[in-house]
Amino acid sequence: MNKVVITPQAGAPRQPGKPPVTWRRRLDVGSRIVAGLVMGYVVAALAAAVLARLLPMSKVEATTTGMLASFAVYAGAAIWAFGDPKAWRVWAGLLAASAIMAGALWLSIALGGQA
Amino acid sequence: MNGAFRQSMSWLHTWTGLLFGWILLAMFLTGTASYFRPEITRWMQPETGKPASVSTAVAGAEAYLRKVAPNARSWSISVPDARQSTVLVSWRPQPKPGEADKPRRRGGRLGEQAVLDAGSGQIVKPRETRGGEFFYRVHFQMHYMPVILGRWVAGLCAMFMLVAIVSGVITHKRIFKDIFTFRPKKAAQRAWLDAHNLTAVLALPFHAMITYTGLVTLMSLYMPWGMVANYGSTEAYFDAVFPRAEAVRRQGPAPLIPLGPVMAKASEVWGGGRPWIVSVTNPGDRSARIEVTRHSGDQLSNLGGSLTFDGVTGRLLTREPDMGPGRRTAAVMYGLHMGRYADPLLRWLYFSCGLAGSAMVATGLILWTAARRQKLPDPDRPHFGFRLVERLNIGTVAGVPAGMAAVLWANRLLPLDLAERAAWEVHGFFIAWGLFIAWAVVRPARKAWVETLAAAAFLVAALPLVSALTSRRNLVRSLADGDWAMAVFDVTLVALGATLAFCALKAKRYKPTVKPKRKAVQPVEVAA
Repeated sequence: MNKVVITPQAGAPRQPGKPPVTWRRRLDVGSRIVAGLVMGYVVAALAAAVLARLLPMSKVEATTTGMLASFAVYAGAAIWAFGDPKAWRVWAGLLAASAIMAGALWLSIALGGQA
Repeated sequence: MNGAFRQSMSWLHTWTGLLFGWILLAMFLTGTASYFRPEITRWMQPETGKPASVSTAVAGAEAYLRKVAPNARSWSISVPDARQSTVLVSWRPQPKPGEADKPRRRGGRLGEQAVLDAGSGQIVKPRETRGGEFFYRVHFQMHYMPVILGRWVAGLCAMFMLVAIVSGVITHKRIFKDIFTFRPKKAAQRAWLDAHNLTAVLALPFHAMITYTGLVTLMSLYMPWGMVANYGSTEAYFDAVFPRAEAVRRQGPAPLIPLGPVMAKASEVWGGGRPWIVSVTNPGDRSARIEVTRHSGDQLSNLGGSLTFDGVTGRLLTREPDMGPGRRTAAVMYGLHMGRYADPLLRWLYFSCGLAGSAMVATGLILWTAARRQKLPDPDRPHFGFRLVERLNIGTVAGVPAGMAAVLWANRLLPLDLAERAAWEVHGFFIAWGLFIAWAVVRPARKAWVETLAAAAFLVAALPLVSALTSRRNLVRSLADGDWAMAVFDVTLVALGATLAFCALKAKRYKPTVKPKRKAVQPVEVAA
């Protein structure tokens, strides 16, 4: 394992060679925490809004369905933020998803208007 | 699934579980207790009697309102079910000249209120207490902080819980086998791991359901963005979903028809459903309207809908339109979380799963220390982080049950005329919890476990006795009156106390496995 890999602690067999806590590792974990916690929420919030706008059902229904689904999106983003071996890929993915959804949301409101 | 991914999930599970573990444990225990919210309230109001039939309760409430507020703008009656012994009636007096007359939102609070005995219809003045309401509220909005902030804290904890559940499931490749694995005689870490897996996996569907539906109950606070995108504001969304009651102008006196037959008709329309809230607009006027809301525990969905009747003729005017699949799903998830629909057997299953969840959180917290103790450079002088977790574990695992018991002790022992009495009952929870943490800090860890668990066991198990000595509620009387709910309440307290005492005994008898001094070279256990 030459990559910066997050080591298991509780419940896993003791690792023969636990990587030392370096600044690089701290930065890696810190960036994943921000990605999972903050970007995860942004993506989930945008997903709720986009689903509310674009799902082919009545407005109340689409709004509710979007809210219901958003927590699964958030959890998925958080899992990905820590599961992907490369932190930059997580950031790129979450930022790209946010940009696409924000664009779709803006278009939908600009063209369709609000109630 | 490759090993590195599972390892990262194990790390995520460990730290998401630990960070809010102590708050999560308090949320789990108070939430579990809340499945018996009406019973807790009854126990804490020993001045109140037994539940009565719905028709008796409503007749009493109706008679009271006709006498006290015949010309009110509106009445509202919270109809008690078979688990409650009091009726809450409230009414809104006519507006004073010049006062704005804004139509109320459905379910909104009215101006004046009174608590009546369900059986006699007479006013009862139980001791000042928040009853089961405290455990219910603190479960999702904390305490000593603004309500909205508290709900965000609860939401953050729930989200961490959700991530801990998902990552925990990924971590375990042998999830089915884990159910049948318990090795109490093995090393402490294995035994705690098995106990954690057992309580987690056995009730896994419940844990996943309760966490996700918990987020759903407050989703309009946590995720308002769809409402904002579609309606501009959350207010506008709620106005669209829950319209304000129509403002009806008064048209001249006319007698209000009796409420009993109207409720019977409502029940018939619902195919036997129970009324929950009966509200009357413009009683004693030709324009009177009677709105009957269905009990939220009648079905899985917590929104039973409501019917509106003409208050003079009793004709059914409108019924709430059916909800679409999305809203119905949300309402069912809400209902699943609240568990109001559950009959006694299912309610006890909810309660048991809640206890299993509490045990899952507690064993997970203890596992964190058990897994690290052997790796400490000097086990006699652990580093600060280890000591912090160890002491908070002791002070919380024993301290939260003790704090909950302290509320009930305070309920019986505080003077009845104490100012802010209900608030002091609640302070009792946090004072006891704080004292237990303090105790855990000053005592050696092993002794602290035994002492705090034993103290918590005493506080819980002694409650029936405290009640018998200080109030008219006691086991013998409850049995003689056929008041099974209160009798079972006392027995349950003793059983829970006995469980804590068993834990204290186990902690006392626990002998750490003598392990050889660790050498520098470790054998590799499993090739991943």
